Amino acid sequence: MIIKFLFAAIKAGVPLLFGTTGEILSEKVGNLNLGVEGMMFMGAFCGFAVGYYTDNVFLAILASAGAGMLGALLYAVLTVTLRANQNVTGLTLTIFGSGFASFFGELLIKNSVDGTPKLSSDFVAGLAEKSIPVLGKIPVVGKLFFSHNPIVYLAVFIAVICGVYIKYTKSGLNMRAVGENPATADAAGINVSLVKYIHIIISGGICGIGGAYLSIINGGGVWNNSCVNGQGWIAVALVIFAGWSPFKAILGSFVFGGFTVLQFYIPKSTVNLPNAFYVMLPFLVTIFVLVVNSMQKSKKHAQPASCGENYYREER
Amino acid sequence: MAIELKGITKTFGSVVANNKIDLCVKQGEILALLGENGSGKTTLMNMLSGIYYPDSGSIYVKGKEVKITSPEDANRLGIGMIHQHFKLVEVLSATDNIILGSKKEGKWLSKKRYEEIKEISEKFSLAIEPKKMVYNMSVGEKQTVEIVKVLYRNADILILDEPTAVLTPQEITKLFAILKKMRAQGCAVIIITHKLNEVLELSDRVTILRKGESVATVNTAETNAHELTELMVGRPVELSIQREESKGNENLLEIHHLTVENEEGLEALKDVSFELNQGEILGVAGVAGSGQKELCEAMAGLLSVKKGAILYHNENIVGKSPRDIIKMGISMSFIPEDRLGMGLAASMGMVENMMLKNYAGTSRGPFVNKKEAKKLAKRLVQELQIVTPDVETPVRRLSGGNVQKVLLGREIESNPNVLITAYAVRGLDINSSYVIYDALNQQKKKGVGILFIGEDLDVMLELCDRIMVLCHGKVTGIVKADQTTKEQLGLLMTDAMEKEEGQHE
Repeated sequence: MIIKFLFAAIKAGVPLLFGTTGEILSEKVGNLNLGVEGMMFMGAFCGFAVGYYTDNVFLAILASAGAGMLGALLYAVLTVTLRANQNVTGLTLTIFGSGFASFFGELLIKNSVDGTPKLSSDFVAGLAEKSIPVLGKIPVVGKLFFSHNPIVYLAVFIAVICGVYIKYTKSGLNMRAVGENPATADAAGINVSLVKYIHIIISGGICGIGGAYLSIINGGGVWNNSCVNGQGWIAVALVIFAGWSPFKAILGSFVFGGFTVLQFYIPKSTVNLPNAFYVMLPFLVTIFVLVVNSMQKSKKHAQPASCGENYYREER
Repeated sequence: MAIELKGITKTFGSVVANNKIDLCVKQGEILALLGENGSGKTTLMNMLSGIYYPDSGSIYVKGKEVKITSPEDANRLGIGMIHQHFKLVEVLSATDNIILGSKKEGKWLSKKRYEEIKEISEKFSLAIEPKKMVYNMSVGEKQTVEIVKVLYRNADILILDEPTAVLTPQEITKLFAILKKMRAQGCAVIIITHKLNEVLELSDRVTILRKGESVATVNTAETNAHELTELMVGRPVELSIQREESKGNENLLEIHHLTVENEEGLEALKDVSFELNQGEILGVAGVAGSGQKELCEAMAGLLSVKKGAILYHNENIVGKSPRDIIKMGISMSFIPEDRLGMGLAASMGMVENMMLKNYAGTSRGPFVNKKEAKKLAKRLVQELQIVTPDVETPVRRLSGGNVQKVLLGREIESNPNVLITAYAVRGLDINSSYVIYDALNQQKKKGVGILFIGEDLDVMLELCDRIMVLCHGKVTGIVKADQTTKEQLGLLMTDAMEKEEGQHE
């Protein structure tokens, strides 16, 4: 039972991990992107639609990343080049993304045979959970960590790559400097705008894949207009929980994944709480985390100093 | 010739910051760039470092005409600038700040980078700890990191924008030794400073800017402080401070055994006792970070007091909010160290800044009286010679000295009986400084008690009646200014420090 719960927690945490990793990249270069939810919606729809029409898993994932990148590009042009307010732009992106998914999702529903767009069984089989040979046979650990669908590994892989990149490479150092103090980075000869564009766009791509995971895997192969349902917002908060480290984001998203599936694993006979409580739980914990975090005073694990502010070289 | 500027012009909107400026500096030479606040020194240097791009004119580096459109271009040409406000990332180590953005080989951050930086710093006998985080550093250490950063990029043209403004006398001596060493190695150095004694001590030649134009270049050996000031201001200036006899003897404030904790919970002030008389300027000297900031904030009611009392006419004001203190009829004006952060609303104009506190006649019921505020702003512009395009221009666009004048002028207008000023002339040119000293002296004549937190001991000896020396949050002495010497003050500033270091060992 506990193994089953933990297994489900990891599964449910994956979209959060994509969103969190993506948002960390964006915040590390100084751009607080509140459009995670929107980019996930865009990725969710495009991934599903391409999967629906082509039956190709690879193309579907690629399309979801592309859609997320497109949303992020829009955000980058507005905030980096035109220096629009980051909060407003991000919120707008979220509204745009959910509208985008609903609008085209509705079209998809109308064009489907019986009003329920459903992915082919071949496609779903391509993303089924598979036990990895040898490793999957290890008791407990094998079931817990080595019997997932391929996207789960992709999520962890991306998070680890990002973590290593940020901490141990020169480009990572440069991007951190841009997020902390763009004027300093600029004076050191770093192309601030370019660094921001690259990371914001990649961040959008990662968020987009998270959206596809929600529409394709969590949705059981059937399209649902509100498949993202606030996960993007939890991801934004998880960035703080993870202290802007992709490594900690892995743990953090699985813990929060646990909260989202908790209701299915606590028998009504032992603790009888209304379902609404469980639905609320992740958000409640998010608030708790934000409060605890705001009481800590660590300079090292704090938000990048310039996060939320746009940079203009000749500003005095 | 390392650098030659010909006819450089730069405008910001309708303000001409630089007008057809010519300047040159040779290899193995230290050139001082002198000028009042807002005369365009920093703007000019920013064009060499690629922050701004000139509207017209040409720049020659090592004989070749160049276009510097970004800091990267400047790096490539061997130009390194140390800005007045350090360009360092607080949460990174010294080493990571130094190698930031460098185009040297390799993609990974290796452990070897720390040794590499250690080697470079030792080569120039600069003391830095490669792994130390910038937020744990003193101002002097930060500056050393900035210098190593420039050297790491093999710069042979070094620009320093007011490097000594925040350093202790010991750190300044060290810095000058470094600069002289670099000159001997053939580097070209341009240094912006307001302190004439530094110009005379360090530089080979001096170029003087006035109102955005280069008015003269003189050899340091053939000039003196008076001539330089005259060139800078455009008219002869009296270079002495009048010290009026302090009249009132009545105690205005009595501070008893004040102990204050800073944000990190460490005791920033320990058992501080002193009194401030009417019509007196009490100087506070000490190495930066000795508790000056906490003293100001505790007195203004911004920082809570752990132990001790602040008596105003025998009434304790500890624990009262700034508003209560004002209500008690104590008008205490506080001119904070961080002018734009704490003193003024940076993106508002002078007029709106005048209305921030409840200044005389600027409000009528719930409505503001903008006309009065505007009149006041205009009067201050005249009285204190504030240079601004308009009284509605956001104050952050003004140069440092003018911002300071706005702040001081506003505080004086509220007719305080206690005036607290922290580093009132930091970064100000000579002329502006004297305007401020005059203003303070006038307040003193009116019977205001002034707490003057300063860094230039020469000035404090001339201006203050008494000087209190702080060291590690303790008072190490209160002396009469006319009965002491700079050396004695220096001893008081470091005396306790040595003792404390002795205890640690």
